[in-house]
Amino acid sequence: MIGVDRQLLDISNLTVELRSQRGGIRPVDSVSFSLERGKTLALVGESGSGKSMLCRAILGLVPSQGEILYNGHIAGQLSTAAMNRIRGREIGVVLQDPLSSLNPVMTIASQIMEPMRCHLKLSKRASLEKAFRLLEAVGIPRPQERMDCYPHQISGGMRQRVAIAIALACDPQLLIADEPTTALDVTVQAEILGLLSRLQRERHMALLLVSHDLGVVAGIADEIAVMYAGRIVEQGPAKVLFERMRMRYTRALFDAIPRIDDPPNRKLPSIPDQPPDFAALPPGCRFAPRCASAGEICRSEYPPLQVDNDDRHRYACWFPCNNENQDSPHATTQRHDVENKL
Amino acid sequence: MADLNRKPGLTFYLACSWLTLVLLCSLCAGFLPFPFTLDQIDSDHLAALPGGAHLLGTDAMGRDILTRLFFGSRISLIVGSCAPLLGLVVGLLLGMPAAWFRGWSERLVLTVTDIILAFPALIFLLVFTSVLGPSLTTITLGLGLLLSPRFIRVVRANTARLREREFVLAARISGAQEVSILLKEVLPNIMGPLLAYTLVVTGYVIVVEGGLAFLGLSVPSPAPSWGGMIATGRDVLEEAPHVAIIPMATMFLTVLAVNLLGDRLGRRYDRS
Amino acid sequence: MQLIWRKLLHLLVVLLAVSALTFVMTDRLPADIAAEISGRGATAADLAEVRERLGLNRPVLSRYASWLGGVCKGKLGNSLATELPVTESLRSHLPVTLELLLLSQFFALLLAFPAGIVTAWRAGSRLDRLTGTFAFACASLPNYALAMGLVLLFSLKLKLLPATGYTPLNISLAANLKGFLLPALAISLVEWVILMRVLRSDLIATLKEDYILLARCKGLPAWRILLVHALRPSLFTFITVLGMQAASLIGGAVIIESIFALPGIGRLLVNAIFAQDYPLIQGTVLLITLAYVLINFFVDICYGLLDPRVRRGVENG
Repeated sequence: MIGVDRQLLDISNLTVELRSQRGGIRPVDSVSFSLERGKTLALVGESGSGKSMLCRAILGLVPSQGEILYNGHIAGQLSTAAMNRIRGREIGVVLQDPLSSLNPVMTIASQIMEPMRCHLKLSKRASLEKAFRLLEAVGIPRPQERMDCYPHQISGGMRQRVAIAIALACDPQLLIADEPTTALDVTVQAEILGLLSRLQRERHMALLLVSHDLGVVAGIADEIAVMYAGRIVEQGPAKVLFERMRMRYTRALFDAIPRIDDPPNRKLPSIPDQPPDFAALPPGCRFAPRCASAGEICRSEYPPLQVDNDDRHRYACWFPCNNENQDSPHATTQRHDVENKL
Repeated sequence: MADLNRKPGLTFYLACSWLTLVLLCSLCAGFLPFPFTLDQIDSDHLAALPGGAHLLGTDAMGRDILTRLFFGSRISLIVGSCAPLLGLVVGLLLGMPAAWFRGWSERLVLTVTDIILAFPALIFLLVFTSVLGPSLTTITLGLGLLLSPRFIRVVRANTARLREREFVLAARISGAQEVSILLKEVLPNIMGPLLAYTLVVTGYVIVVEGGLAFLGLSVPSPAPSWGGMIATGRDVLEEAPHVAIIPMATMFLTVLAVNLLGDRLGRRYDRS
Repeated sequence: MQLIWRKLLHLLVVLLAVSALTFVMTDRLPADIAAEISGRGATAADLAEVRERLGLNRPVLSRYASWLGGVCKGKLGNSLATELPVTESLRSHLPVTLELLLLSQFFALLLAFPAGIVTAWRAGSRLDRLTGTFAFACASLPNYALAMGLVLLFSLKLKLLPATGYTPLNISLAANLKGFLLPALAISLVEWVILMRVLRSDLIATLKEDYILLARCKGLPAWRILLVHALRPSLFTFITVLGMQAASLIGGAVIIESIFALPGIGRLLVNAIFAQDYPLIQGTVLLITLAYVLINFFVDICYGLLDPRVRRGVENG
């Protein structure tokens, strides 16, 4: 069904407008990107940057303007039933906290079987078997014992594996994972990320990974898009982005990642002040109030998305980082590590 | 249901206006020069339709409905406001300490609450008014006592909600006494939802008082009350429905207005 | 299990307290029952003899104690007015109240359930607002006024249904149901509002949960999300209110029973009070309280059955 050169997901100028008591706010503002099968796009930004709202808009759960194309179909023109089918069969979703995203009064087996029976019209027996195999595929030991458990009876890491199994139930082409590791212990985080990456390769899916942590996505993303205050401020292939970080915000995010080989008692550089208030955005660059290198023009005019050396790499900054000099205290070591990982 | 942040709409102002009107009527009832007295019987116009000298018509016994409506509003408003207030006071006195200090006091209060709630209200009121004589005071007292368990429960729920909040812990650390914490920190915070609840109960009490009057158990004749007027209308329901419908409509509008206000107030505090 | 025993004990305490209070209160009623029974022209000796016969000279506590003793043996004494056993009167009047209760709660459910679900799903929409306004109006109407309105419309003007009267089931089902239709409607048209509001508000809260979001992401149809995922956790308050309303209807439908001349428990009680028929009052109050307390007890138990997590948390409730 998919043309070889057609994008699985193609978004142009996606905007979500919400009405609040202080006027209209746009948690998602003119966002554009595309995603193909077999690739991982990481969407990175602070809490409150609009990432989750973007996911909901892609899924069609909130009204939006702009164009969303699934496999060439224009989302806005689809009927509710068709959208439901797409959501269920073509797209799988993993949410942040598996304790709250799994239904507490339904068994694990029934939650995995549900989309299969609804969308694939499988019989009870067939869906039970498939559920069993899915639990194995996500690495849950002794799945037959867990099938009739309730979510609160298993550990956090296993819950998230179950959530992934649910997302994969109908063999989707696109997997959206909204902060899948944020609610988990650090040790489990790596496992889950590894699992997601492996499953993506095995099933040749497209993976949209949302996170606030640049370090988390470094290992598995093919492409990274950085979001701030509803807009994409830098975007490009992961390798290129890490080598030549341009937008100041991306750099700040990068610097805030703690390193295991940092000297002890080193003060973690953090981004000052609060995330932006959507109801009172500045006219110029939205990061300007918190940017150490902001100039006059930053405060008055919004920087356009410019192309860097590599055409797939774009950024929006009036005073981009010049990576040739030493802005970051551990720029060289970081780059080396990231290159090794990739 | 409606957007909380919307400015008070037309219905709100209508409700307020109606209530103010009723309030004014009941206050002025004693002073206004009515053409007819409460129990003046106009034998030429029995169960007359509205119009002419009798603006709202007369009832089966020839008494002017408008006059009786005015005076009846007094009873409804007095009982409707005082009984819930009494319940509120008892609720605060018993509910706050019970929820705060817990232990045996809480269990005791809860048992007493359950007993009062399980007690058939009607028999309590009947016996109460029989023993003390049916009057505005006894009805108000009786209803207020019957309402206390509900208030105790609401006060308790709201107080318990605040028990573990930070500002309470902060006050305690700074050396404040328990009682003063209750009075200065907790009380102002629960008053909002409590007042909303009180308003809703007011509507309920007006209806209940009407029901009592319907059964003949409220303030005795000749004092008119809306419920009593509805009851007398029952006999001539087929021939002269307006006798019952007019007090019914008045009571309905008043209770509706009170409910609207209580609901609006309640939703403002619900969000927080 | 231990919890259940504790609740049962609590139940017993409440029953005892209520019956004791009733005893004491009815004792304070001013009229002289002996004079009522003897009628006019009774001499002092006659009155004294009646009092002796009825045991009215004994102190309150001793009378209460012997009444309690009788209860344990299943005897509630005889009505002073009719000389029939109290249990007989209760038995003949209870079915009427029960039928009224069942029918009215059924109608209330019929209205509240779909209304609550639909308005929660489409919260903030026009339909929601309209339903809310209608509900508001219903809740502001006293049920006796509504009853009279219904009688005016359906009995007097349209002549479709009887205005008063009760036909026992064994005589004619159709007539029986017709007789209950208006009274049940009068009750349910007011009571459905709280049920709907409670269901709506709990559903709205549940619909904000993450697992509902995931259910939507799964592309499940709306009806499935509402009925399978959202409904069960939202039913607690609904069931509590349903139980409480039912419980209070046992003795609380007096006005409706009076308007429609239904020989139910409420009416029995009121007549007993006016006639100062002590044994009958005692027995009826006992029944009403027992029903109220038992229903609440069962509602409590239901909680634990609905949610596996709550079973542990019931203690704190």
